[in-house]
Amino acid sequence: MNWFKYSSPQAFYPLAGKLIPWFAAAALGLMGVGLYLGFFVAPTDFQQGESYRIIFVHVPAAWMSMFLYVLMALWAGLGLGLHARASFMMTQAIAPTGALFTFLALLTGAMWGKPTWGAWWVWDARLTSELILLFQYIGLILLRASIDDVRRADRASAVFALVGVVNVPIIYFSVKWWNTLHQGASVSMTASPKMATTMVTAMLVMTLGFWMYSIAVTLARMRCVIVERARQPSWGTQAPAQDVAEVRECSGGV
Amino acid sequence: MSQPSLSEALRGVVRRDLLLAMRHRSDVAMSVFFVVIVASLFPLGVGPESAVLRMIGPGVLWVTALLACLLSLGRLFTADYLDGVLEQTALIPQPLAVLVLGKVFAHWVISGLPVVLLSPLLGLQFGLSGETLGVLTLSLLLGTPTLSMIGAIGAALTLGLRGSGLLVALLVLPLFVPVLIFGAGAVTSSLAGIGSEANLSLLGACFMLSLAFAPWATAVALRIALE
Repeated sequence: MNWFKYSSPQAFYPLAGKLIPWFAAAALGLMGVGLYLGFFVAPTDFQQGESYRIIFVHVPAAWMSMFLYVLMALWAGLGLGLHARASFMMTQAIAPTGALFTFLALLTGAMWGKPTWGAWWVWDARLTSELILLFQYIGLILLRASIDDVRRADRASAVFALVGVVNVPIIYFSVKWWNTLHQGASVSMTASPKMATTMVTAMLVMTLGFWMYSIAVTLARMRCVIVERARQPSWGTQAPAQDVAEVRECSGGV
Repeated sequence: MSQPSLSEALRGVVRRDLLLAMRHRSDVAMSVFFVVIVASLFPLGVGPESAVLRMIGPGVLWVTALLACLLSLGRLFTADYLDGVLEQTALIPQPLAVLVLGKVFAHWVISGLPVVLLSPLLGLQFGLSGETLGVLTLSLLLGTPTLSMIGAIGAALTLGLRGSGLLVALLVLPLFVPVLIFGAGAVTSSLAGIGSEANLSLLGACFMLSLAFAPWATAVALRIALE
């Protein structure tokens, strides 16, 4: 089977449509299980009480915020290197989800910080660099929005995404490099986890759920982008008419 | 006709940009006076308490330098873009990244260097003295070229767009943050007497990193804008 077939937006469009329900169902299921494990099964933390349970949203969201940026930068690099239109579309489709998870990580972090540190916000290295990541996502979306020529918008935002990727390792290692308020990583690939197994399981299940959600939403947004762009170029007539109408309603902010 | 060598082309770009700036001296003076005025506003707004001024001084001066660089970024490529010189520059057989580096260097001499030279005077306004003034000047000397190089990427990406002035700020300011942290951190730690070597080294690392990657990214962004 030739997978490169799907790098053409026309071939990708129906495939994405078929995949979305599966990923959406997986996202709902995994997030349901993860939240149940996190809120009802995992034991109460002896130091932080019940307030620690926000980490089941916070940590996966923070992971996804960084992971999605790297993924987006990879697609951007691929697009610049191979002149692949679909890669740029992926960059465009991932950005809002990445921004959402970054915002979610900051928001849940603030909710956790208030009872634990006694402050909604501190100018700690990891918090600051995560905030910068949010600014980068927003800058990226705004850069694309202010360039009318699609080709230039694609490539300019790809360059910006690649330039901004230096921030991701800074966020990831900030708690190691600067010994600041934010605690170090509790989960690591090499050492055994410093927390109860149910907690780790809940966190990993939530991460998988967020992952499935990201895929589902990105695919849906890809379809929007494809149809939106199809209004101008020549092959656009092949996109089903009812989808165009449907997408016009939902794509306002994309 | 023989082709100009790389260093000749580089020198030509720098010479031309500096000459153009000398013909419009008011432009250069503007960014210097901008820094002086903004830095003078803080003591007026915060109050003349010398302990407070000494505490906020490093940060304020660094943010001022940041804004001065940002405001002058519009001049970096716009005029050349509008009169077509940039397109001709892109056609020169020498690598565009090196020519971009020349332009950025000229931009730094025009907008960054005056701020560096002026900084001891501004530091005095904020009650900094002796060694700290030296660290302030040194940190700006290391940091402002980095700002110009990073800023050039943003300037190239937003070339000729509507509202590019605001957009370039949104794109570039987050990327300026490490330089701001290490630069102001160097001065603050010298003020606290802990020694500023660590921050200055990190500032130097930022400089080397952007020297390696920024001109290249700027060249790519310029080619995209010129298409």
